[in-house]
Amino acid sequence: MPLGRTSSVALIGLTGSMVEIEADISNNLPSFVLIGLPDTALNEARDRVRAAATNSGCGLPNRKLTVNLSPAALPKHGSGFDLAIALAVLAAAGNVNGESVAGVVHLGELGLDGRLRPINGILPAVLAASRFGARTVMVPTGNADEASLVPGIRVVGVASLLDAAIWHGGRYSPVVVEPITRPAVGGTAEPFEESDLGDVIGNADAVEAMQVAAAGGHHVFLLGPPGSGKTMLASRLPGLLPDLESHAALEVSSIRSLAGQPVGSSLVTRPPLEAPHHTATAAAIIGGGSSHIRPGAAARAAHGVLFLDEAPEFPTSVLDALRQPLESGVITIHRANAVAHFPGQFQLVLAANPCPCGQYGARDSECVCPPNQRRRYLARISGPLLDRIDIQLRVTRITATELRMAPESVRLSTAAARKRVIQARAASRDRLKDSPFLLNGQVSGSWLRGPRLRLGPSTTSAIDRALERGGLTMRGYDRVLRLAWSISDLAGTSQPSAEQLGQALYLRKAISL
Amino acid sequence: MAAKDDLGRRGEALATEFLRQHGCAVLAQNWRCAQGEIDVIVLDGAETVFVEVKTRSSVTFGHPFEAITAAKLARLRRLAGAWCEANPSLGRQIRIDAISVIAPLGATPQLEHLRRVF
Repeated sequence: MPLGRTSSVALIGLTGSMVEIEADISNNLPSFVLIGLPDTALNEARDRVRAAATNSGCGLPNRKLTVNLSPAALPKHGSGFDLAIALAVLAAAGNVNGESVAGVVHLGELGLDGRLRPINGILPAVLAASRFGARTVMVPTGNADEASLVPGIRVVGVASLLDAAIWHGGRYSPVVVEPITRPAVGGTAEPFEESDLGDVIGNADAVEAMQVAAAGGHHVFLLGPPGSGKTMLASRLPGLLPDLESHAALEVSSIRSLAGQPVGSSLVTRPPLEAPHHTATAAAIIGGGSSHIRPGAAARAAHGVLFLDEAPEFPTSVLDALRQPLESGVITIHRANAVAHFPGQFQLVLAANPCPCGQYGARDSECVCPPNQRRRYLARISGPLLDRIDIQLRVTRITATELRMAPESVRLSTAAARKRVIQARAASRDRLKDSPFLLNGQVSGSWLRGPRLRLGPSTTSAIDRALERGGLTMRGYDRVLRLAWSISDLAGTSQPSAEQLGQALYLRKAISL
Repeated sequence: MAAKDDLGRRGEALATEFLRQHGCAVLAQNWRCAQGEIDVIVLDGAETVFVEVKTRSSVTFGHPFEAITAAKLARLRRLAGAWCEANPSLGRQIRIDAISVIAPLGATPQLEHLRRVF
């Protein structure tokens, strides 16, 4: 029976589905029909596959070839099916062992010379194949390192279609080719990596606040005049976060793979930092695309930090698009033909000037903005978004005195601060182990006010009074409690003291003018 | 006569002989009308078969079958209609076949026959 079959993986977002590829050879004039909802790039596979097969010396039969990608209703895109299509046809022609081809998942794009090109999204694709029970996966040599990061699946890296055919028992004489690899990792990948917390002079409460943010996973809003060190502080936050756990590392690496960034031969272990420019569109931040849904900056920042500098300059619609991922931790993108999910547990850091001229509230210069304009400027960050941000902090420019005193003052290095954060996270994890939450920043108010963790009235008197006076809403009250627990974890105390609650109130309310 | 025409004639002759050996009665060869030419017309059982013969001396410039395009097939279909009109007693059931002849110089020619290509 002139029928060959094999399987490959179609990705929608990070979710992979198995695709069965069937090839049929019928006695008719030569033509190549590809069915099963391919997009343009995939439809071009017909020409790539025929040319690649001819040029690598394992030509396809001169008959009508029908290749079906099933499930037929699932939209498929990209060039990653080339290898699977070519091998299914060769299996149908009887040139390679059909059973061997059917038992392996194939991923890879063919060049016209028959060599295999690395593709994007190998890691999530192999992960999906492994989840669906595949035991062997064949990938381009250039992707073999990345594919090997998935445990429990045998990875076969091949340089060309001919190599693949020979592996599957084809009687061809091998030809050694130069495998196509990805360009080496660019040096600009981690621009903020070297920055150390010890470089920050002054703003001691902001430095402490960044550690609290790192310990509890709280979102941060930094407000201050130009030159006060907002960007400097924000770029140091990823350095304070502990190394990624295996599950998170896999997700971060998968997103990198999907976005076409180099992954290398080991999983990404440091939390990512994404700092999109304020001209970014909602699709650039959240992710989008009509047929092929790509991850945006927020998804690439998952398990790391999303830093929006000059936050009021972002279109309101873009900022508000972040509310849903902030709430649910998942980025969901709906399109006519598919729904894609990306991880969305990022830590948001917003930075803003207090007014368009930037000088409002600065000690050393005067603001020239009319009050109305000032109010409107910060109102661009909507209330509901701001409400989800636990730490709202003012930063100031350092004075000449502070600079002169700097060499004598004791400053915390990133390494030391990260150690504190790791200890604090261990303490909070111990406390939260019976709850559905992982970090203080996620804990619900009712749980904090519950019988187990309720604080004495003498401790909470300050925020109780703020609540009575209307200076704090109920939601704000819960946020202050969360922060207080993070501060307490960082200090190594068993529960927050009245002073730590006061500190939490300051971190939450310092912006209110 | 150009060498390619000579090759074509030889291919058609080989194809006709091949069909005859397979029990077909040859009705016409190189039947012409205003719209073009049909290479071979044979009777295979009850079916009238219109055969396009494509000959090449090598496959350096592709297999002969690859040269039979959709446009060429469409013309063949029109020509089949014209033939049936001219021969109303025949042609109740028709079929269009293709035969490729690869005839390298000084070697045995190879024939391939595809049935019902349209």
